[in-house]
Amino acid sequence: MKQQRFGGNPDIDRIEDFALQLRRDSLRMIHHAGAGHIGGTLGLADYMAVLYGYAMAFDSGNPADSERDRLVLSNGHTCAVWYAALARKGFLPLEELGTFRRLGSRLQGHPARMHFPELVETSSGPLGQGFSVANGIAISRKLRGSSARIYCILGDGELQEGQVWEAAMTAAHYKLGNLIVFINANGLQIDGRVEDVMNIAPIEGKFESFGWNTVSIDGHDIAGIIKALEAINGGEGKPTVLVADTVMGKGVPFMEGKAEWHGTWPDNTQNEEALQAVGASSTFKDFPISEELVHAG
Amino acid sequence: MPVEKVAMRDMFGRAVFELGASNPNVVVLTADLTDAIKTTAFSEKYPNRFFQMGIKESDMVATAAGMAVDGLVPFVTTFAAFATSLANQSVRVSVGYNRANVKITTSHGGVCVGGDGATHQSFEDVALMRMIPGMTVVVPCDGPEAYRATAAVAAHPGPVYLRLGRIPTPVVTSESDEFIIGRANTLREGRDIAIVANGLMVPASLEAADVLSRDGIEARVINMHTVKPLDGEILALAARECGAVVTAEEHSILGGLGGAVAEFLSGEFPVPVERVGIKDTFGESGEPEEILEKYGLTALDIVNSARRVLVRK
Repeated sequence: MKQQRFGGNPDIDRIEDFALQLRRDSLRMIHHAGAGHIGGTLGLADYMAVLYGYAMAFDSGNPADSERDRLVLSNGHTCAVWYAALARKGFLPLEELGTFRRLGSRLQGHPARMHFPELVETSSGPLGQGFSVANGIAISRKLRGSSARIYCILGDGELQEGQVWEAAMTAAHYKLGNLIVFINANGLQIDGRVEDVMNIAPIEGKFESFGWNTVSIDGHDIAGIIKALEAINGGEGKPTVLVADTVMGKGVPFMEGKAEWHGTWPDNTQNEEALQAVGASSTFKDFPISEELVHAG
Repeated sequence: MPVEKVAMRDMFGRAVFELGASNPNVVVLTADLTDAIKTTAFSEKYPNRFFQMGIKESDMVATAAGMAVDGLVPFVTTFAAFATSLANQSVRVSVGYNRANVKITTSHGGVCVGGDGATHQSFEDVALMRMIPGMTVVVPCDGPEAYRATAAVAAHPGPVYLRLGRIPTPVVTSESDEFIIGRANTLREGRDIAIVANGLMVPASLEAADVLSRDGIEARVINMHTVKPLDGEILALAARECGAVVTAEEHSILGGLGGAVAEFLSGEFPVPVERVGIKDTFGESGEPEEILEKYGLTALDIVNSARRVLVRK
């Protein structure tokens, strides 16, 4: 599948439908795996749908194309939704989603470059590092006069890592106008509210003082995300950060805004309820699971 | 005849400068230590391919990984203690697990760092790097070898740790010698004992072999410049023909060359092994010669270890 960067007028309904399916896919992947990080994953579905449904330039038939836009998922634990987007865009077989987190699978619990060197720019899991790697790619692209955009996604809890601020300095210092960082600011992390665990507010003010172009958005407003992304021109060499207000567990009322869903697995009943809450897509079908595990839960 | 002494880091600086012309993908990153790792000439000739990263090693290493996955050949340069301990998590995941083509090049490996003391000495770096799957670990023995190793490291696909020393050390190889990653060089023949060394302990081992020879003990001296992958062939042969081994390195006796050799021989051809190196301790300030003597890193220490291991043979 081939997609041009911001090609044509965005079909908002279609992108929303894509996001819905990414939520379904993520739920089914994590439920089938018996483990995973459903909260942040659901919260990222709308942004992921915009990137892979409209904003990014890629060709799944030619993944090594150096002009492709890159995505670095620095908060690697939310990878289920990324794998789902990649599968839906033809980068990997849909049925492979059922192997998520299984022994021998390419779909590791945290992204592993060794299995997908053309797709997964970097293995990520230890927080903060992906940001630095994204900078390195952005510097390299800039050095070669490439027009590719480098998208990097971070969690808000991740901002507690010192390396994030090292990377924030690097991106501003090297004028990486081709870099767009998305902060999945759901305000929650494993141990509770970010402001209680270790306050990192004000996020916008911090990035601004580090020399960044700072934009606050609603991370679930598809049209708003598109507008914000299209407005970035990077012309003055400032990297851009989108501080996105999101809801952990978005789309599943009993998970929404609850820190315990950061890394909790939905049992069979909960999963059914969650899938019903998300709804069914009008255009996509669920990926097949050949050997559905019957979980004790 | 006075012994010629050259600093490995100076020769690295020359080699990487030349690589700038021969390989347009080579880039250099530094964490505020341009002159210390001798990349000033490169930085002046290739300002677009030289990246000052400030004092933030972990970010530097992971940034280099990003450059590498996009096809560049980055040399990240700083002191051994900082690249391998401070930035270890970036080395492990962004470089190692990614199999990124990053060349982690350090100066100040070992004890001879001038008066800076324990924080700036590095005895555990080789062990830390050797434990990372897929990491190649190269420890040249002198200036000319550092020069040849730099070119070999640039041409070698995948992550490499290149460990260099700060001070000028005796020259025992020449720029025309062959240097192949993973293939050790026998510098002196002998069948009574094998001394397996790297770094500045190679010249010390040759000196020790001279001393032993006066007593009729002929030592084979092997320059094991690549700790990983270890040259098992040359090592097994030495164990079989000599029957006893002494290892010598400017590093902890735990986990470095001595550790690697002992691990290998215990499985392949067990013979008595003595390890010369730092004994599980931190260092201190002092002149290089004083420190080498106090911490047991002289030719005499190798001779004494050889005599001990021969008793066990």
